[in-house]
Amino acid sequence: MTTESEQPLLVVKHVVKRFVLRRSISDRLARRPGVLHTAVNDVSFQLARGEILGLAGGSGSGKTTLARILIRLVEPDEGELFLHGADIRKARGHELREIRRGMQMVFQDPYSSLNPRMHVGAAILEAGRVHHQPGSDDGDAFVNRMLDLVRLPSSAAGRRPQELSGGQRQRVAVARALAVGPQVLIADEAVSALDVSIQTQLLNLFLDLRDELGLAIIFVAHQLSVIAEVADRVAIMHHGSIVEIGPTVDVFHDPQDDYTKALLAAHPKPIPIVDDLSLDAP
Amino acid sequence: MSATPLLRIEKLRVSFGKDDSVVAVSDVSLEIGAGETLGLVGESGSGKSLSCRSVIRMTPPGGQMSASEINFDGKDVLSFNKRQLREHRAHNVGMIFQDPFSCLDPTKRVGEQISETLRVNAGLTSARAREQALKLLADVDIDQPERRYLGFPHEMSGGMRQRVMIAIAVASKPKLLVADEPTTALDVTTQAQILGLLQRLREETGMSVLLVSHDFGVIAQVCDRVAVMYGGYVVEVGAVADVCARPQHPYTRALLSSIPSLESAGNRVRRVGIPGQPPNLGEIIAGCPFVRRCSFVQESCSTMDVTLETVGPGHQSACPVMANRFVAVGPSKLPAPSSSADEASEETP
Repeated sequence: MTTESEQPLLVVKHVVKRFVLRRSISDRLARRPGVLHTAVNDVSFQLARGEILGLAGGSGSGKTTLARILIRLVEPDEGELFLHGADIRKARGHELREIRRGMQMVFQDPYSSLNPRMHVGAAILEAGRVHHQPGSDDGDAFVNRMLDLVRLPSSAAGRRPQELSGGQRQRVAVARALAVGPQVLIADEAVSALDVSIQTQLLNLFLDLRDELGLAIIFVAHQLSVIAEVADRVAIMHHGSIVEIGPTVDVFHDPQDDYTKALLAAHPKPIPIVDDLSLDAP
Repeated sequence: MSATPLLRIEKLRVSFGKDDSVVAVSDVSLEIGAGETLGLVGESGSGKSLSCRSVIRMTPPGGQMSASEINFDGKDVLSFNKRQLREHRAHNVGMIFQDPFSCLDPTKRVGEQISETLRVNAGLTSARAREQALKLLADVDIDQPERRYLGFPHEMSGGMRQRVMIAIAVASKPKLLVADEPTTALDVTTQAQILGLLQRLREETGMSVLLVSHDFGVIAQVCDRVAVMYGGYVVEVGAVADVCARPQHPYTRALLSSIPSLESAGNRVRRVGIPGQPPNLGEIIAGCPFVRRCSFVQESCSTMDVTLETVGPGHQSACPVMANRFVAVGPSKLPAPSSSADEASEETP
């Protein structure tokens, strides 16, 4: 974890993003301006090295837009973003590549984020070579190292994505992100489509990666319980704003904001388990 | 359970492929009493959707369904001819699915889709059907039913579309509502509303509900009984309280212990989870389907027949190895709960 004196890895200041809603033909002919929808509204936060920040909220709350702004898949209208003190918004060319190397994203659907025609090994190696990662000139060793990080056997390198299960595919997506050597991993609903037993395996993988590589993770999820399992801090988003941010334990056990309270109340109640499930055989 | 259940399915089998080699559902038996809510929980590919669809004899193309009995309200569903089956689907069973958008006609006004059901199934006149449809829209908590009646599905949110689907499903006052992952695509807040709506409708109409979900939390919240499915088999069935409190099958235990919980906030202990992958469709596993991932596996597991054995009142499990052998911390198993709690804390790191 981080020390007090250490600079935050990622700093987000007053970020705003507005989208123009689709205008009707008559509005366009009359050159009436479109209605603006503020998807991200004055969001600020910081992320330290080795920290896992959960980003929660209902659909349309702006979580994904915010995640995309961080790696400049979406350009913000206002605000400032710094990775290691470098201005993300002003970066061009070499500098922007450097920043993108520092931050990688894992998406919800590994079926659409992996090239179906490419072997797993080739997909991982390509990401490493494009970004001139150390060791990427020795293909097999590099791929094996990445597969090992995500606990996949080296035999997976010769497979195509469709031969793998959903959980394995998501591990490949993580391996590909890691091949670039990032400091920040943005997981956008990365475990939402998986079955619970596989979900647990992936959540543990993210925790391992944080411990082993000191990776900072922004964990976007609509399921609060999933965030409770992994995040050190959590930010609750509603209508584009962060309505509450703080240590996960504080926010979940003593919510201050009304929306956070409503969200927590709507969550299915924990199952009343009497049996101690952690016990092994009698 | 009442003596004559509303629905009884015995030894249901659904298979695919040329020689029926891909078995998706094996020997599934289920019962639902009148007014009861049964949950069917399991991971993807466990056969829960196929099992619930057998209630109206709906099998996907290429699928082969067989059963020794499907009895609905005293009638043999397997012997129904085309006309009787149509009647059965129209009047006895209402169905809702995960994705309401693909179930609604995008070119028709929402109100027309509800009143069509009423005209065709209940034989109402157009005027009566419209009146009734407006009442149904109000029943499923849709604001301004008059305005929404004229709306199209694309103008509605996911939660509202699911409400419309529920309105259509309950329009002909079915005795059983089959809800297949009805809240999976929805937000938690909307999910809570839809589950509340289902519970209210059940209380008002006295219908039975078969709720299929991968989310044990949802099942625990609304169901009376639960059947846990794995690899095409029902591995455990019983009252929700019993199954959650004293799970007897290793899979149920592992599943329950994998579920993320809000209580974990700030807790640095990791969940163990279940190692390995669920079986692929078409993969033939001898004996218990959970054998490769089970921590209590014994030699006999790969030769056993998967049959449910009674392990408590109304509680059955398909694991003869571990049945009634788990140390329960609840008061019903051990005379002194305090001492058992001490025991537990000693054994857990």
